[in-house]
Amino acid sequence: MRGISTRTLVAPAVFGIAALMVWQLAVTVFNIQPFVLPGPINIGAQFEQVWPIIWAGTLVTGGNALIGFIMGAVAAILAAIIAALARPFDELTQPVVTVAAVIPLVALAPILYAMFGADAETSRQLIAALAVFVPVYLNTLRGLRQVKPVHRDLMRAYAATPWQATRTVTLPAALPFLFTGLRIASSLAVISALIAEYFGGPVDGLATSITSSAAGSNYTLAYAFVLGAILLGLAFYCVTLALEKLATRHAPLPPERPAVGR
Amino acid sequence: MTDAVTVSAVGKTFAVANRGTVVALEDINLVVAPGEFVSLIGPSGCGKSTLLRLIADLDQPSTGTLSVFGKTARQARTDQDYGIAFQQAGLLAWRTVAENVELPLQLHRVAKPTRRARVAELLELVGLTDFADRYPDQLSGGMQQRVAIARSLAESPGLLLMDEPFGALDEMTRERMQNELVRIRHETGAAVVFVTHSIPEAVFLSDRVVVMSPRPGRIVDVVSVELGGERGDEVREASAFFARVSAVREALHGAPAKGVRGVENR
Repeated sequence: MRGISTRTLVAPAVFGIAALMVWQLAVTVFNIQPFVLPGPINIGAQFEQVWPIIWAGTLVTGGNALIGFIMGAVAAILAAIIAALARPFDELTQPVVTVAAVIPLVALAPILYAMFGADAETSRQLIAALAVFVPVYLNTLRGLRQVKPVHRDLMRAYAATPWQATRTVTLPAALPFLFTGLRIASSLAVISALIAEYFGGPVDGLATSITSSAAGSNYTLAYAFVLGAILLGLAFYCVTLALEKLATRHAPLPPERPAVGR
Repeated sequence: MTDAVTVSAVGKTFAVANRGTVVALEDINLVVAPGEFVSLIGPSGCGKSTLLRLIADLDQPSTGTLSVFGKTARQARTDQDYGIAFQQAGLLAWRTVAENVELPLQLHRVAKPTRRARVAELLELVGLTDFADRYPDQLSGGMQQRVAIARSLAESPGLLLMDEPFGALDEMTRERMQNELVRIRHETGAAVVFVTHSIPEAVFLSDRVVVMSPRPGRIVDVVSVELGGERGDEVREASAFFARVSAVREALHGAPAKGVRGVENR
């Protein structure tokens, strides 16, 4: 185990630090101007300097992403439960879900701003929710279909009520899939909330700050906001990844292992 | 005392897509006495598992009648008169060994202290006391199957239905599990209907071996074993054991010749 954690933690960290050093060295040695590419040290200093502004922007963008994430996930889970219970619903909605999976959702942003007003965060939250819906829906539905025939027989042999069967077998088997869907969706929520800001709305999020500092030729500041956006995305990803690990720590057994004696 | 299982003139046909129907079982008559161990043996497709599923009320017969302890199979199932184990252990991966064994008791709202005590007893019976808090993925195949057997015994059923429970185990584990099943059966006094395709396994475990043939599934012979109650490994070496194994084998291999079709030479 120790060897694995060294390889999975230390090695990427060393590589990352080395890359930053090469970047800084290149900027210093070749005397690259900050408007072309600022060095990591400058970006770090800028980040620290404007931290309160970045934090405020992170709260706005992160809040939009979180609200969208929750709305999208709740809607997706409910829809998946209905689809799992009623085949006609599933067949009815399949084309819609396929369409939703392929349309570039952020393209809806200008239209949604027109619908909900350019001074509200609603359209950003909705775009994040739409982006979250598809992966959570598809994964949850797949999870709900994981009940093994042997478990179905067992539940019938025990004369379990439908609700008991759902609670003891169907839901626990679906959970790992649901959490995988949430993990995939978490990054989409942050990305969608960020990109939606590029299309308009209130000037308060991380992405609007990136645009305005880049427009003002303050590239170091723009990069500092980019760093904030990266950290926000990482935070979403890490939290959902941790939840997924927790949910899958006793994952359903793969097709039962070839038996080995004690 | 009412018989554990009575099967009279039972037939089962399945509808197969685009190919009409398949007769899985035809004119099956079988009586299992309380406490009796009966094995169903036969080649793949002879309907032995189907027959077990009919007794368990997991499927319904197309013709004929079935009763379990004098009730309909359905009533017996809702009354939890039988315990069941399959070839796949079918444990719930997210529950510990103890929680898996506890499952039927929990579903039937047995009080927690009673449940705990019973689970401890059952784990003792299958020799897994030290593994109560482990998860199924931490156990070997043989141990998983023992958990499944403990689970099937949870409600002290008078009838145990087993569908090739040792089918996926290696030979050594399999023999040890058979020894344990003989012991468990003696301690519980339950009747057992045991599906297998291993002749020595059927002979070693059973009071009677029911030999079946495929297409359509029929009972071709019933071999009484009469090797005594408490059997240990020494029985596997006894000449009486070999004689019974031969008897079952002859009944099995004679089966296709009795049929009219004679096309299949497997």
